[in-house]
Amino acid sequence: MTFRRYVVLGVITLTASCGDTFLSRGMKAMGPVSLGDPGALIHAIFSPWVAAGIVLLIGFFASYLTALSWADLTYVLPASSLGYVIMTLLAKFWLGEHVSTMRWLGVVFITAGVGFVTRGPSYTDHSGPAEAAAIEAGTPEAGAAERAAEEVRR
Amino acid sequence: MLATTSMIAAIVVTATAGDILTASAMRQVGDLDAIRQRSGIPGAAWAVVTNGRFGLGIICLALSFFSLLFAFSHRDLSLIGPAATSLTFVTNAVAAKLFLRENVDRRRWMAAVFVCVGVALLAF
Repeated sequence: MTFRRYVVLGVITLTASCGDTFLSRGMKAMGPVSLGDPGALIHAIFSPWVAAGIVLLIGFFASYLTALSWADLTYVLPASSLGYVIMTLLAKFWLGEHVSTMRWLGVVFITAGVGFVTRGPSYTDHSGPAEAAAIEAGTPEAGAAERAAEEVRR
Repeated sequence: MLATTSMIAAIVVTATAGDILTASAMRQVGDLDAIRQRSGIPGAAWAVVTNGRFGLGIICLALSFFSLLFAFSHRDLSLIGPAATSLTFVTNAVAAKLFLRENVDRRRWMAAVFVCVGVALLAF
């Protein structure tokens, strides 16, 4: 993993959490929207907060696809789930919502999960069981297999 | 109870299928950073949107989104949101091992389960 790739994971985390928070803030400012009035939803798209949220979520999807082109799905999903933590912090300190003890415990669990996955390789070789076993066991061959896979992907 | 379970199952199955198909498509396409250096951003975007699996993945993700909206209209957001999101972390790990042949070691299982429990706790 290069610094640039950690930046991409950071962008996924930030754009997802900020995008959702912006959408939430924009829709709260609009008030309840009825499903029988789709015109109100179209109008919502052009409100500044919702429009900014959509732009951020497009950025999220682009960085998410970029990450999936060089990392495993089982690495990208937990590694980028730190967004839930950021969303909780934004809800507490920006939107002024109440965050219960259980939710803070949830934040601790997610942070621990992210810690587990980011300490391992981002991409595992899927070519054969022997290499997979070597990677799982953390043997020197595992590093070679991972480097070779990384080279092939470059 | 059965209806709630069915609604959550529909969201989880379609979201997992969408994630797996999208991840598989990106593996077929290759490193987007390298493609962007060669062909620019339009070239990278073209490589992605012309991939068949990517299209199927987007259809599954759209189905998942509409299943989510349908479930929201019948049940509380605080039940459906965390239940569907947290279960998807675990089903993605299982599906990635089965279909993408990813090496889901103990560390990744732990990460999936911890994030799953953490997201479920965010509902309280």
